[in-house]
Amino acid sequence: MHTGWKHLEELALQVRTDIIRMSARGGCFIGASLSAADLIVYLYAHYLNLHPGNLGDPGRDYLFLSKGHDVPALYGTFAALGWLPAERLRNHLSVADHIYWHPNTHIPGIEFHSGSLGHLPSVALGVALDIRLRGGANKVVCVLGDGELNEGSCWEAFMVANAFRLDNLLFIVDRNHFQANMATEDLIPLEPLQDKFRAFGASVRRIDGHDFSAIDTALRDWPFAEGRVNVLIADTLRGKGLPSIERRADRWFCNFTDEEAEQLLQELQGQHQAQLGSQTLVVR
Amino acid sequence: MTYEQLLTRTALADERYIVMTAENRALVRNIPQALGKRFIDTGITEQTMIGAAAGLALRGRIPVVHALTAFLTMRAFEFIRTDIGIPGLPVKLSGFIPGLLSDGNGPTHQALEDIALMRGIPNMEVYAPADETDLELMLPYIWSSAAPSYVRINTRPASVAHQPFEYGKAEVLAEGSDITLLTYGFMLECCQEAATILRTEGKSVGLINMRSLKPADEQAIVAAARNSRLLVTAEDHFLNGGLYSIVAETLLRRRIAAEVVPIGFKERWFRPGLLPDVLRHEGLTGKQIAAALLGCAAGHPQQAAASYPFSE
Repeated sequence: MHTGWKHLEELALQVRTDIIRMSARGGCFIGASLSAADLIVYLYAHYLNLHPGNLGDPGRDYLFLSKGHDVPALYGTFAALGWLPAERLRNHLSVADHIYWHPNTHIPGIEFHSGSLGHLPSVALGVALDIRLRGGANKVVCVLGDGELNEGSCWEAFMVANAFRLDNLLFIVDRNHFQANMATEDLIPLEPLQDKFRAFGASVRRIDGHDFSAIDTALRDWPFAEGRVNVLIADTLRGKGLPSIERRADRWFCNFTDEEAEQLLQELQGQHQAQLGSQTLVVR
Repeated sequence: MTYEQLLTRTALADERYIVMTAENRALVRNIPQALGKRFIDTGITEQTMIGAAAGLALRGRIPVVHALTAFLTMRAFEFIRTDIGIPGLPVKLSGFIPGLLSDGNGPTHQALEDIALMRGIPNMEVYAPADETDLELMLPYIWSSAAPSYVRINTRPASVAHQPFEYGKAEVLAEGSDITLLTYGFMLECCQEAATILRTEGKSVGLINMRSLKPADEQAIVAAARNSRLLVTAEDHFLNGGLYSIVAETLLRRRIAAEVVPIGFKERWFRPGLLPDVLRHEGLTGKQIAAALLGCAAGHPQQAAASYPFSE
């Protein structure tokens, strides 16, 4: 049993603090950012051979953040790891910086812009194909939202990855069980999700996406099966860490008042729940 | 009345209407309860939604479909062109947060080419209301017509008192001999402010809300070119294929030469941020537009047009 997760837990707490700060003064997609935070922290801080200083290294790994809305988790992780000056997080939504609602390559270390769903599975596929063509041990990870799986382009990429037997490619689904307006199973049901991916030729694992040990155990087995594209379904909670917004369909994009954000920061530290009155579900 | 109330009333009165969305519910939040099974949410599947709308239209339905403009007009473009455009089916496209209204989302969500794309489809009608009142004045015509159509949805409160909508006609809010501002959609707010400032500087300023980009009101464009020393096209769109192109095509076809200052985006996306900051950063506030045009009107419109800092 690995006992060294305290460092990642501390990083994740810092990242969640930053996410909450970005949910005021213009707001952000807080629910998806909190669900993905542990995965993003684990991948950048512990697992991948990837940081802004080694982007030119031919052996480095790749991470594509396809769901896009969770970018505050990525901004927070980059700040916590010292890759992005922490004071720049205060520039969220300022025209003087590039820290806005979707990832973009003005922030060093962000591989590719996203925000239009279902694009990066195929971009990641192209990178994995070239690594296979040139020969290399680089890992390629693409993080997807579960709602994003509605887009047919995702499934085209899964089929093609299977056709080319790309076991150097991993798709991680942040399975927080919600899309913008409602639970996924109430709109376009995804389950049984493992079976769908297996039918497309993938080797699939399903774990608790907030348990660093479980994530680590799964990824130590990469590739899950030789010659098969890897899929990790990470069951997560929308709004993880804040009981007052967890698992709520109406907490997708939030623009909180400064006072509400302050209450949420206290709630994150285990104190009393926040009283939230701000409008929700503003479409962005 | 809101967009949603008008849509609900229209659909309740006529069984042919189907309201669809690719999981974008901001403007149709209460429609599921009102319409029941005639509300169809296909999930985040813009292409499938458009194909399905074509199928529904084949059976005599009038689908009114919703998605963010960027994904509606771009991701599903070929489905719109092929499944709705070629057969000319009466599918009504409603695009949310077009142009500058996508504020802090970034280039993935910035629809600055939607007018160019949609007007390139034969028989597709293209509308860009200035605000929610303008939108409601045109929707009864649009939704009852037999043509496929695209509406650049804008539900901001009105900044001017609007005239009744007439098919194929622009709304001439003012005529002027020095400068005429031609615009559509959200930018009418900025142009209205610019026109007011220019008038206090003694200029005779015309202001035209195009309303419909296809068909475009060519008579209004020609009259403005003949009556004003300077035309200005102002749009939150790329210069390629939008109103500047429409004015250029119209005047060239009639062999009319005119001084035209294009305000729009040339070969780039705008800097993401909150809308008021974006406007200032891009030089699109009424004050900034007026200041730039006062330079033009001083006597060197060609030079000023070439150096208008915000088109570059």
